[in-house]
Amino acid sequence: MSIALFVPCYVDQLYPHVAIAALHVLEQLGEIVHVPAGAVCCGQPSCSAGFERMGEPALNSFARTFSAYDHTVVVSGSCALHVRTHAPHLGAEGRQVAERTAEFCSFLHDVVGLDRVATLNATLNRRVGIHIGCHGLRGLGLASPSERQIDPFNKVRALLETVRGMRFAAPTRPDECCGFGGSFAVAEPAVSAKMGRDRLRDYSNADAELIVTTDVSCLMHLQGIARRDSVSLPMVHVAQVLAGCAESAT
Amino acid sequence: MTTAGRRVLPVLDDTPVDHAAAAAAFNADEARVDWHDTALWFMREKRDHAVDLVAEWEDLRELASRIKEHTLSRLDDYLVEFETAATANGVHVHWARDAEEHNRIVHRILEERSVRFLVKSKSMLTEECGLNAYLEQRGLDVVDTDLGERIVQLRHEHPSHIVMPASHLTKEEIGETFAEHLGTPVGGSDPDMLTAAARVHLREKFLAAHAALTGVNFALAETGGVVVCTNEGNADLGMALAPVHIASMGIEKLIPGVVELPVFLRMLARSATGQRVTVYTSHIHRPLPGQELHFVIVDNGRSAQLARPDFWRSLKCIRCGACINTCPVYRRSGGYSYSATIPGPIGSILSPGIDLAKYSTLPFASTLCGSCTAVCPVKIDLDTQLYRWRQIAMDAGLSSRQKRVGARVGALFLTSRPALMFAGRVLRMMQRLLPRAAMRRLSGAWGQDRDLPVPPRESFSAWYQSRRHSGGPHDRA
Repeated sequence: MSIALFVPCYVDQLYPHVAIAALHVLEQLGEIVHVPAGAVCCGQPSCSAGFERMGEPALNSFARTFSAYDHTVVVSGSCALHVRTHAPHLGAEGRQVAERTAEFCSFLHDVVGLDRVATLNATLNRRVGIHIGCHGLRGLGLASPSERQIDPFNKVRALLETVRGMRFAAPTRPDECCGFGGSFAVAEPAVSAKMGRDRLRDYSNADAELIVTTDVSCLMHLQGIARRDSVSLPMVHVAQVLAGCAESAT
Repeated sequence: MTTAGRRVLPVLDDTPVDHAAAAAAFNADEARVDWHDTALWFMREKRDHAVDLVAEWEDLRELASRIKEHTLSRLDDYLVEFETAATANGVHVHWARDAEEHNRIVHRILEERSVRFLVKSKSMLTEECGLNAYLEQRGLDVVDTDLGERIVQLRHEHPSHIVMPASHLTKEEIGETFAEHLGTPVGGSDPDMLTAAARVHLREKFLAAHAALTGVNFALAETGGVVVCTNEGNADLGMALAPVHIASMGIEKLIPGVVELPVFLRMLARSATGQRVTVYTSHIHRPLPGQELHFVIVDNGRSAQLARPDFWRSLKCIRCGACINTCPVYRRSGGYSYSATIPGPIGSILSPGIDLAKYSTLPFASTLCGSCTAVCPVKIDLDTQLYRWRQIAMDAGLSSRQKRVGARVGALFLTSRPALMFAGRVLRMMQRLLPRAAMRRLSGAWGQDRDLPVPPRESFSAWYQSRRHSGGPHDRA
């Protein structure tokens, strides 16, 4: 099984420790992981801003870079959804890459399996608020959305339940969007920031000591607001918890 | 209390809507935003409780979606079937190509019968057509009898929500309006008192009206009848008392027949307000003795939307407002920020089809979180359609030069690792060297309410390179 890790552009430049943690987790699980140098981005930022054609070269490059691998693991629900939704339009290679591209948590849950994840023996004595990015949640099915009348499930929580000492905070709105939304964050700064403040307040009121997220983009937005407002609520990616380096990150 | 929440926006002119600016104005009063958000979220929670009691909800959604898609796929046949059956029932059926023709038809019906005074029940279609203003300019009196619509009418405003037209107003503000217009005690805001005052006020109007106009929730092709769902009984009182009843409907209200109706009746009120069913579900098939009954069937851009492969499914909408209540942006930007008859996610996929230049910012008034799509009882792919309208708006050049240049530069970084590495290095260096206040200014819209991330020492790419050179564990690639 050949596995590639895709590190999205902003994670590469601004949150390298998240990508390092993801790599460590996969390696600790005994996988041989490649981080090929080709693709930089999936093209989503251009596309969701309304410039699909400008985003196409990036997606093409993604498809070329990862076509040789059995699995491409993406440290972002949003990027993974973009690839899975749009790469099939590129033809046979794109369709294959789309099928084989998975967000980090869904890969661990669906492909690696909870039993093996439990062997990581991670420990974190914290009450955490889980924040699943909307694209991972509703687009990739990481958890049952609160709008739907289906049997409840939450793959991210299942992964975190393998962590010793972890407790879970219950925000009143379990899957309200944090307000990042890519270009929305700068196109609609007032509403975007308000959504973020409300999200932070919901976690704080639920006595969360730490936010654990699937998407570094949500984290960048929420953390930016928390820093500006001097709210002390640390945030990490799921990979950092499973790699056992969340404590030092907070 | 600011005036942002009660600003009257001109719905019928073609000034381009700047949603972000209107949303920023609404957010000037954060306490008011919190109040609005909480009130609307309460409706979403009521909806969730009501839906939880229906084990087959997801099956109903699928069924409702298929019925609507089927009907829309042969709408021409169903419309003719409907007209034939309605005509046989003694109903006068009229066809209106656009808003202007709809208004002309209604005015002609009223004028020919010397009607000077019309009562209306809830109808977003007549809002869309601007009927009230059209009739008032021609000397007619028009009174909206839905409580929320009457409130906004007294205030010379437009509905801010399709199900709860006055959901942008507090009970204190409604108290002020009623004190001014209905003579309730100044400073009084008890909802029961206000409702009782409205009841007395409206009762006089019902008794004096010469004609009643209602909207339509569902039109049954098979029987030629229409169904109107309300909670206040105002539609029923209006159409039972007036000698002329006009029901205005968009072409998309059709369903095949009475067998399909319960699927929608089970979903509409649950999705809208969390009720199992609306208090009144009125079936109108033929005129009452001595009464005239008219159906006005309106296109007004709907057949154009039906012809758009990416957007025709928006016509499945049953106007429950669930997508509006769940939308985290609507709750924090208010109905008026959309400057459209229909606000929120559904409005943002309908309005660009009516006037792309005017409404080009609305598809961007969303984080594409997908809550609208998940909550929709007829499974409209709202977030996908928002994404598609964004492409069309940008293809049409409806963006600032700044945004186009920004997108080009951005796209360059997204395809070139050296460019990205360079940009990352510059950013990290600036953050180390410049004071926080300077970075705040340089970070533009991002920095209004957010700090930039604390820069790491090196990028992941650089770390990975050095690990490979130092003979890291998986140095095989």
